[in-house]
Amino acid sequence: MADFYKNKIFDFAAKSKATRLSFGEELAKLGETNKSIVALDADLAKSTRTDLFAAKFPERFFDMGIAEANMIGTAAGMANAGMIPFCASFGCFLTGRFDQIRMSVSFTGANVRLVGTHSGVGIGEDGHSQMALEDLGLMRALPNMTVFQPADDSDTRNFIGWSLLNHGPCYLRLTRQNMPVIKTDESYKFQVGQWQVLSHFQADTKIVILASGGALPAAVEAADILSENIVGPIGIVNANWIQPIDAKYLTQVLGLKPKLVVTVEDHYRNGGLGSAVAEFFSGFENTPKLLRIGVEGFGQSGSPEDNYQHYGFTGPAISKKILSEL
Amino acid sequence: MSFSWPKSELSSDLTRKAIRQSVLESIHLAKSGHPGGSLSLVEILCAIFDGSFAHDQRNPEWKERDRFVLSKGHGVPALYAVYSQLGYFEANEMKGLRKLGHFLQGHPDRDKFKLMEASTGSLGQGVSVALGLALALRVQFERGDLKRLPRVYCIVGDGEMQEGQVWECLMAAGKYKAGNLIFVLDRNMGQIDGSTEEVMPLNPLDEKLRAFNLNVQTVDGHDTSALKKYFSAIEVTPNAKSHFLIANTVKGKGVSFMEHQAKWHGSAPDKDQLSKALIEILGHDSSNSPFGTLVG
Repeated sequence: MADFYKNKIFDFAAKSKATRLSFGEELAKLGETNKSIVALDADLAKSTRTDLFAAKFPERFFDMGIAEANMIGTAAGMANAGMIPFCASFGCFLTGRFDQIRMSVSFTGANVRLVGTHSGVGIGEDGHSQMALEDLGLMRALPNMTVFQPADDSDTRNFIGWSLLNHGPCYLRLTRQNMPVIKTDESYKFQVGQWQVLSHFQADTKIVILASGGALPAAVEAADILSENIVGPIGIVNANWIQPIDAKYLTQVLGLKPKLVVTVEDHYRNGGLGSAVAEFFSGFENTPKLLRIGVEGFGQSGSPEDNYQHYGFTGPAISKKILSEL
Repeated sequence: MSFSWPKSELSSDLTRKAIRQSVLESIHLAKSGHPGGSLSLVEILCAIFDGSFAHDQRNPEWKERDRFVLSKGHGVPALYAVYSQLGYFEANEMKGLRKLGHFLQGHPDRDKFKLMEASTGSLGQGVSVALGLALALRVQFERGDLKRLPRVYCIVGDGEMQEGQVWECLMAAGKYKAGNLIFVLDRNMGQIDGSTEEVMPLNPLDEKLRAFNLNVQTVDGHDTSALKKYFSAIEVTPNAKSHFLIANTVKGKGVSFMEHQAKWHGSAPDKDQLSKALIEILGHDSSNSPFGTLVG
């Protein structure tokens, strides 16, 4: 059945959208009712899409110039005065100021929402210097940092809404590229640390794929290719919560004993979702084999499509890797 | 043994002696700490908190309170002593400095002690937090959420001025004209590896700061009345140049063998050194200190 999972999971009639744009639109919307929201940017407002908030609420928007360290500290101060700052830049430049995040945000317990856009090799032509590839690892190392990577428009908006009601530092990782819209299952409820299950596993499930952010569509495509060779449904999950991860779901997976669990993410192979799952499994015996698919080596220039081809974020490349592990 | 604060006002000679004794004894008990950059701060802190600083001991989270950020976090024993003298905690808590689980951590820790408006100790960062506080409080004041515009005081170290983030922050303070933001530079000329002018020269500092569109003044950082005059004369208006006071100080002030000595940046006095230091500060043997003692 060609495209079974694709059509089951995505609504291709709906317009795909970059999660950075979903963020910008939602922030500008919520700014109307929540007067505590402030936004800070470091000369990238048109790219992170904080420009939408800036146009509506100039008195609550701060362009801090190309000076991310000070921007992060300023956001922490604003949070300590009771505001809810959304502090945006490309993920690499933001998390590159790790010491400021470590001290002024995380250790201080400052209620700052760090928003890192342009994640992964999916950004394309600008190349390695602009690609956030280690940001999940950095943010996940901080004990009180909530880390979230949405896969589509409503996933992004759900998290922003959640973050207004929950205190503590957060990192939100967004894509430059458009993301297809996920069909929402009536039973799905957005909750902290609960992944969005896109294809449920059953007793005869051999493979569970956990995919996050920009890499999700390729992982779904891989499932369609695999379904030609593999008996039984393939479990597919939008693994959006990176910290905390969905321990409940993973515990169910352990009980199911599939042959292989696969993580797919546009991030270095080490440090992100795959590492988080490996750390979780390390506490148990007789865990399934874990295949961690991520970026190996540095990024480079090239069209987003060429980059995804090169780094293996395509249906054929992912399905080939999975088959070789079975 | 126990220690108690004199009844005189914060910036009086007597209280400042007591603060210096508390700082040195607590660092001695902790067997580590930063006496040099704590002693250089005493008059600046006393001048800020004696009159110019709006706060309420019975309501420490008062929204309209002034804010204080110690960006040079290693000088925090002096700040702790001042808060204790103001009645925020009992004088003998200073014995807990740098002890496991105690709220008087080696560097300001907002998680353990909410009076610390920023967790600092990684230099260059507190200034930005102070700027964020000032800008957010101004937004809240201008839309009527606050009845008064709180002042935000931030003490920065001179070695700390070598951090690039400080200049990022000053650039932004100039842009946003945070008139409620008051930086004070503890210009003690010293850092761990030697004199600031040898390690990484800062001068001409006043000219640099003026070029960043700040309202710059210079004062003797141990002249309490001059400092108090400066702080009380400051006009806090929402959209005016941020204030920057260069306070010329002496690292290790009050103890002759510590003054100007880089080695007293980060080492604790032993029993003999403590005793010699206290004789200099009090003018007599510390066993007769009018404040008692934290030691023993």
